[in-house]
Amino acid sequence: MPLYALVDCNNFYASCERLFRPELKGKPVVVLSNNDGCVIARSNEAKVVGIPMGAPAYQWEHAFRKHGVAVFSSNYALYGDLSSRVMSILEDMAPRVEVYSIDEAFLDLTGVAEPLALCRAVRERVTRHTGIPVSIGLARTKTLAKLAARRAKKDASLCGVFDLAAAGAAAAETLLCETEVGDVWGIGFRHAKRLLARGVRTALDFSRLPADWVRKEMTVVGLQTQLELKGVSCLSVASAPAARRSVLCSRSFGQLVEDKEHLREAVCAFAARAAEKLRAEGLEAQALQVFTLTPRHREELPQHQGQATVTLPGPTNFTPDIVAAALRALNEAFRPGFAYQKAGVLLLGLASATGRQRSLLDLPPEERQRKRALMNVLDSVNRRHGRGALRLAISSAPDRPWHMRQHRRSPRYTTCWDELLRIG
Amino acid sequence: MKLRTNGLELLGPIDMDTAPKMLLPLLLAGVQAGFPSPADDFIDKRLDLNEHLIAHPAATFFVRAVGDSMLGAGIHDGDLLVVDRAVEPSSGRVVMAAIGGELTVKRLERRGERLFLAPANPDYPSFDVTAREDFEIWGVVSHVIHKV
Repeated sequence: MPLYALVDCNNFYASCERLFRPELKGKPVVVLSNNDGCVIARSNEAKVVGIPMGAPAYQWEHAFRKHGVAVFSSNYALYGDLSSRVMSILEDMAPRVEVYSIDEAFLDLTGVAEPLALCRAVRERVTRHTGIPVSIGLARTKTLAKLAARRAKKDASLCGVFDLAAAGAAAAETLLCETEVGDVWGIGFRHAKRLLARGVRTALDFSRLPADWVRKEMTVVGLQTQLELKGVSCLSVASAPAARRSVLCSRSFGQLVEDKEHLREAVCAFAARAAEKLRAEGLEAQALQVFTLTPRHREELPQHQGQATVTLPGPTNFTPDIVAAALRALNEAFRPGFAYQKAGVLLLGLASATGRQRSLLDLPPEERQRKRALMNVLDSVNRRHGRGALRLAISSAPDRPWHMRQHRRSPRYTTCWDELLRIG
Repeated sequence: MKLRTNGLELLGPIDMDTAPKMLLPLLLAGVQAGFPSPADDFIDKRLDLNEHLIAHPAATFFVRAVGDSMLGAGIHDGDLLVVDRAVEPSSGRVVMAAIGGELTVKRLERRGERLFLAPANPDYPSFDVTAREDFEIWGVVSHVIHKV
């Protein structure tokens, strides 16, 4: 019988912020979105004092001060590093791991002799080695494992691990009865609303609906979710992540950008970063799209959404080619007289750089070799000296207006030599 | 290839200038019959300091030392400390610990029934941390990297 565990990092971003700040233990912590817009993560204490998810920071400054909330800009360098540490421990300890998000992973424990003991050991080691607390739910299906992990997080008496598979049918029914239908993994907001209108309130109600109706109204995806809730495993752990179909690099600007020169610099930086991501995954792109957006909610401003796609001369991951193409696309996507808030570069038509057919239009092998060697140097310098240490002159220096606003970012304790914790 | 002279152990060159001009992959070199190539010892990879300094990559963090309270343990102002959270703390080890919400680097010392965080410098006092609820060991300092 299949057996899955979901490992879920508790309040992951807030836990990361606390790791090097022990004085924040037991205090409310929130993390803000890019450009310090709104609350995207909260510690339990911040939830208790009533700060909602998505709260716009500028409206809540007063509450932050009143409750002594520690407020952070998002520090993805730190979160990404700690996430990869957690995941590497999981990979060491469990036979098959599917990283599901930055702070969640499924373990396939089918056939493991002592799954509960293993999960307890995983939790103990992750917490000790990385400082990040995790909750683990064990169950016969991934959907149930999600629910079990939620329960493990909420019920302190479980010490962070809940084995639903061993808990018996009555316990499973109780858990489904306590779960609102909209909290079930795979039931989106829209379906939840329709189900509620039909009087389907809990996961248990949903599991008892006629299968025909579920299939008709919610397609085979809904049916899978229903079967999974009944303990029939439909979703397996994908041991190899599906190959990427596109690479996106986009960002909201720290302040509105009108000047085409600044936009060119930003698009260059995005294109260069996207090309770096491509190379890191051994891929090449065949086309590229640039988009620009004015702030939609600022109705007093003239609005423009620009977008242009160009085909690359051949599959490539060579930064200068991709940057040049992005700049050509920007000429189409930019219109003077608008204040842009966001721009991005999307790489399309991705294929492996090694396993593809040669074409007559390809560059001669020695030319490809030279380009590849140059990119290797670029990537290794940037790996060693930090992102952007070596870049095209056009993508220019930091402190440009298009850089993100991150006034309250914590130091990049684990990824930047100049920002290590200083300790006496 | 190891040589031992006056307590110094030579592990082999790490300087690329002294390595053979063409580096062959290990497998190719092994195909050759007869005597092993004298170059085989060099075809190994170069020494990697990470291997020496980092026993548990997922659990290892770097921090920067400030001040002179741990001079006696060889920790100078500005030194880089390698902190390993996977190592079991024990009396006598230098640890990074939280006390009263602040992180500090001190030596952990058991004196009879009591536990202390002790500086390695007579100018500073020890803290008695026995049964203090706001005391927590963060990790064990495994190496000091000091620039000479």
